[in-house]
Amino acid sequence: MNQQAGFDPISWAVVDDRARGVFRVHRRAFVDQQIFELERERIFSRCWLYAGHVSEVAQPGQFVARPVAGRPLLINRDRHGRLHVFFNSCTHRGAMVCRENAGRARNFSCPYHGWTFADDGRLVQQPIPESYSPACNAAGELNLREVPRFDEFCGFIFVSFDAHAIDLADYLAEAGDYLRMASEHGAAGAGMEILGGTQTYCAKANWKLLQENSADGYHADTTHASYMDYIKAREGAVLNMYTAKGFGRVRNLGRGHAVSESIWGTPWGRPCARSMPSWGEDIKAELDGVFEQMAGRLGRERADFICHGDRNLLIFPNLVVNDVGALTVRTFYPSAPDYFEITAWALAPRGESQRLRDLRIRNYLEFLGPAGFATPDDQEMLELCQRGYQAHAGVEWNDLSRGMLDEDGDSPAKQDELQMRTFWRRWRDLLAGAEV
Amino acid sequence: MMESARVQARLSEVTRTEVEDFLFHEADLLDRWELDAWARLFTDDGEYLIPPTDLPDGDPSKDLFLVYDDRHRLGERAKRLGKKSAHAEFPHSRTRHMISNVRVRPSGDMLRVTCNFVVYRSKQGVNDIYPGHSEYDLVLAADGGFCIRRKRAVLDVDTLRPQGKVSIIL
Repeated sequence: MNQQAGFDPISWAVVDDRARGVFRVHRRAFVDQQIFELERERIFSRCWLYAGHVSEVAQPGQFVARPVAGRPLLINRDRHGRLHVFFNSCTHRGAMVCRENAGRARNFSCPYHGWTFADDGRLVQQPIPESYSPACNAAGELNLREVPRFDEFCGFIFVSFDAHAIDLADYLAEAGDYLRMASEHGAAGAGMEILGGTQTYCAKANWKLLQENSADGYHADTTHASYMDYIKAREGAVLNMYTAKGFGRVRNLGRGHAVSESIWGTPWGRPCARSMPSWGEDIKAELDGVFEQMAGRLGRERADFICHGDRNLLIFPNLVVNDVGALTVRTFYPSAPDYFEITAWALAPRGESQRLRDLRIRNYLEFLGPAGFATPDDQEMLELCQRGYQAHAGVEWNDLSRGMLDEDGDSPAKQDELQMRTFWRRWRDLLAGAEV
Repeated sequence: MMESARVQARLSEVTRTEVEDFLFHEADLLDRWELDAWARLFTDDGEYLIPPTDLPDGDPSKDLFLVYDDRHRLGERAKRLGKKSAHAEFPHSRTRHMISNVRVRPSGDMLRVTCNFVVYRSKQGVNDIYPGHSEYDLVLAADGGFCIRRKRAVLDVDTLRPQGKVSIIL
């Protein structure tokens, strides 16, 4: 076991004093190699992890290949329309059988010795087959290996490397309805699609910092002051973020998931569907029409929530769905305590008008992405924190106490840190050996 | 604006050296962080684009780019990067824009220019390299020089790892 004497994440890494309203996380949790290895074993090897979206493999023969939690995966739809998630590794000697990130294929041929697998994973060809005993693949053990568990929820494909994981819908708990909301956008109700173009980037920081940052309402006015200046230059004013006609709060959604959500109270427009003055009357009319269509399909209350509200959804451990000025799906994975890789996609309603699609992409990029007006500054903060943690022996604790005394009330404020405490409590429990 | 026949005549006389001088001037403005002057190189309908690293031939109105700036936004990008609150570039990184392999082709009322670039960025002990090629649509300015109608900087890296971000202007 990779434990040192006295190691116990419950007793030292997280201070969770509800009576006094004090919540602290030890900075060693961001730099320690043993913690990193425990996270791989007890979190990433057991939790449900986002792997892809059904729109990426909508047609028979389509595949995408990408790493999930460091493992090379191959997600495809076979000629009969069945979805598969394989390990992208030849059962002979291990080479990756698929070398392209996306495409169409009826079979996958290993470039090393030429073993060929059908799109349903069956081993269908081995060069010089007469030298093999029939026993070699008698039980199909040389077919491409499927991951232990995969499932789809409202178009989002998840995998788990733990065959005994609880069912995905149970795992998602109350976050499931928020994922469903992210699949209900658009006038047509025709489902969602991932756009072309992937943002693949990284940060020289601990991965948990991004989960903390992705729904942090408290940092907006300082970290993103220059983005607010841009909105002011374009719109003439910045909408008051928290006291406009809606509400804002953070919620614990169970099992480590959380959301920061509001209605109206953010300073950006939404392509589904909340206009801004600079977008003009035509766009406003079109977005109001999208709202009416969605109200007809989903009911006014839900359509109001989806169209006029914003949600930063955190699904434990490493999925962020930001339903803000655009809709982004972001996942990330560490290869060291101080380095992780991020992949982000744009999700959009199928059948959206070209005008709204163009607006959506422009709106996405004004804030989000590694060349946006905000994301690089978030990354800078993560990396500044990580550098600061080099002094963890001198300054031991992060403070995440904000709003703690009221966290069980009706409506913790959006700038509170309940969402982070929700993450850390789950992290602490899983590291201590709790069941997923 | 010059009338069309004179524009055509002038464009057909433009030498590669003239275009290179313009591109070197742009690179120099960027490396000296004179970004408002950089933004003023663009026409009123100017665009600055960076396609996604996995889709260099993508269409910004359909695919998720890294940068899809109209003239207003590229001006605001320049203005933002001059602020202390543009944290990723405070203090400013040191950059060096290298331009080579310049080709010039007249096309209607403009010049289609392609070039290769390498941009080096250094900050806080981290050195990053951004290689790629740029496609420019240049038009003639009133003073006889050039303005950028469109700049599309296509990165040759297939992920932004280890760079992590494009917080500078390429």
